[in-house]
Amino acid sequence: MTVLEALLQHSPALIIAIPLLSAFLLPLVSRIHAKVRDVFALVMLGVTSCFVGLLASDVLSHGPRIYIFGAQNLRVPLVRILFEVDSMGVFMAIITMMLAIIAVIYSWSFLHQEDGLDKYYTLLLLVVTSALGMELTGDIFNFFVFLEISCIASCALIAFWVTEGEALEAAFKYIVVSSIGALFVLFAIGIFYAQYNALNIATLAHLLLFTFLDKIALVILLVSLGMKAGLAPMHMWLPDSYGRAPPSIVLIIMSATLASFYGLLRVVFTFYGNVLTTSLRFSLPAHVVIGWILIALAIVSILIGVIMALVQTDLLRLIGYAAVAEIGYMFLAVGASIAALGTSYATVALQGGVLHILNDAVDIGLLFLVAGAIYYVTKKRSLDDLSGLARTMKFTTVFFIIGLLAVAGMPPLNGFTSKFLIYESVYQLNPILSIIALLGSILLLAIFVKVLYAAFLGPELPGLKDVKEAPKSMLLAMGFLAGLAIFIGLFPNLLLDTLVKPAVSALLDHAQYISMVVGGL
Amino acid sequence: MFTLESGSGFWNPILWILVLLITFLLFYGIRGFGKSTYKKGTEQTKAFLSGNKEPSPEEMHIKASNLYWGFTTSMKSLYSVLRKMHTGNTSDYILWFVLVLAVLLLILGVM
Repeated sequence: MTVLEALLQHSPALIIAIPLLSAFLLPLVSRIHAKVRDVFALVMLGVTSCFVGLLASDVLSHGPRIYIFGAQNLRVPLVRILFEVDSMGVFMAIITMMLAIIAVIYSWSFLHQEDGLDKYYTLLLLVVTSALGMELTGDIFNFFVFLEISCIASCALIAFWVTEGEALEAAFKYIVVSSIGALFVLFAIGIFYAQYNALNIATLAHLLLFTFLDKIALVILLVSLGMKAGLAPMHMWLPDSYGRAPPSIVLIIMSATLASFYGLLRVVFTFYGNVLTTSLRFSLPAHVVIGWILIALAIVSILIGVIMALVQTDLLRLIGYAAVAEIGYMFLAVGASIAALGTSYATVALQGGVLHILNDAVDIGLLFLVAGAIYYVTKKRSLDDLSGLARTMKFTTVFFIIGLLAVAGMPPLNGFTSKFLIYESVYQLNPILSIIALLGSILLLAIFVKVLYAAFLGPELPGLKDVKEAPKSMLLAMGFLAGLAIFIGLFPNLLLDTLVKPAVSALLDHAQYISMVVGGL
Repeated sequence: MFTLESGSGFWNPILWILVLLITFLLFYGIRGFGKSTYKKGTEQTKAFLSGNKEPSPEEMHIKASNLYWGFTTSMKSLYSVLRKMHTGNTSDYILWFVLVLAVLLLILGVM
């Protein structure tokens, strides 16, 4: 076995181990020099990304991979955890790594004057570890453990500006909401364990009978993970947390939020994949009921997100509400694909939804970084106090315009590609859904045009005359996301064919996921 | 690589950019037929406010909270409901969680 083959074989474990060990090594490294600490965090994330890339290429060309922690032979009653990595898992891991690397590069300038950066990077790496763990694990209890790590580390990061009372309040709200959500997930796991004496996702999916208790567990998982993903009307923690955390941290928390959304996809498509066609009362199949529940919550998210964002004057909170609306689009696509399961447009809807996970990370991430750059140079949060920044912040203005057009789903940027797939497929389910989705996008455009006018155009205020452009590392981070938004928009099929379609196939083909464990081990 | 198929339609960004480019060139050409009378640094470039003095930038600044005033005023009743919903109390956040949980349990329980 060559070194590369050995590294590839152990890549699922290394993807978790490297950021986890780096997190605890970081306080020691930071004693050498601040610059060494900054570079160390980036290098370790870079190495982890290489392993994610290696694993992704292997999974995409050879199918799902299983990695066993513990006993190889099941005949011996030993504890073991399985990681089952498929195309969907690696797609999410790529997004997590992209957000983490950008957050670290952005933090170099954004937080260089702050204290406690050793703890900051430690917590950042812990959130990355937890998100990666949630995305790669094949064990439901292990998923819960990573979810808990993500809750605790994210809470500490939200409270990073500890001298601000509101940051502490946001962190408190986050930990309460997240912990309750996580405890309910544990309760659902308990229900499964009591019935089937198993914790492995594939084994449970194979054994699932869709009993009354299974229905309760499904509702608990949908609502808990939906709340963690920022689904309305349980979204209130999201603008609070996103609005008070440093913008670089928002990117990291966003990766944890998207990991929760991934968890929900895994629950519906893999866990309950075998029983989705079960007929309920009035001869209604389960997938129709579950799909329409998700669609209803998605519509509420889109409408509440855009309507509330329209009246916000705090830029970070405004983007937080826009993020709620964007999450609504993902749920709309997923809900439509479940409701119309088996049809050709259900697959297109899911492709749109999965691609929108990446587009949401790019667009909302870019807007948060722009908002952070504005805060960095002006120390102001309120749009009422800003005006005429385009005169001095030319690059930031261009990046904001790209983010604005992308998040509103304007062609030819990335937001349009996924929304195009969502509109077209959802229209076939019910045209009204498509109209509401379009209305949401129009309102998103109106919201960010307001921001463009209020912050970048208009007269130059005397207090903002000395404002300079954001530092280079922040521009680099924003530039990368803006470039990605254009690239995905111009070459939509490149990502769709190489990453999104295999990810969607992995989600829909739950039989393959199950047989990998149940049939093979 | 450029054409995105949705099953019921297609999207090609390059085609869209080409159309935009042709439209831009067309309008730029039409603009070229116009007569140029604009002179920089003359009275032409100054704002005409019916003879009134130009106010200072602070006075001219339209704040973000004043934008879309018409829309938010006409939607006052909706906003009052949404504002009541967003109390900022953590206990209310959990209440919404419990409420959604109860409704969904009821739906799937009955079904």
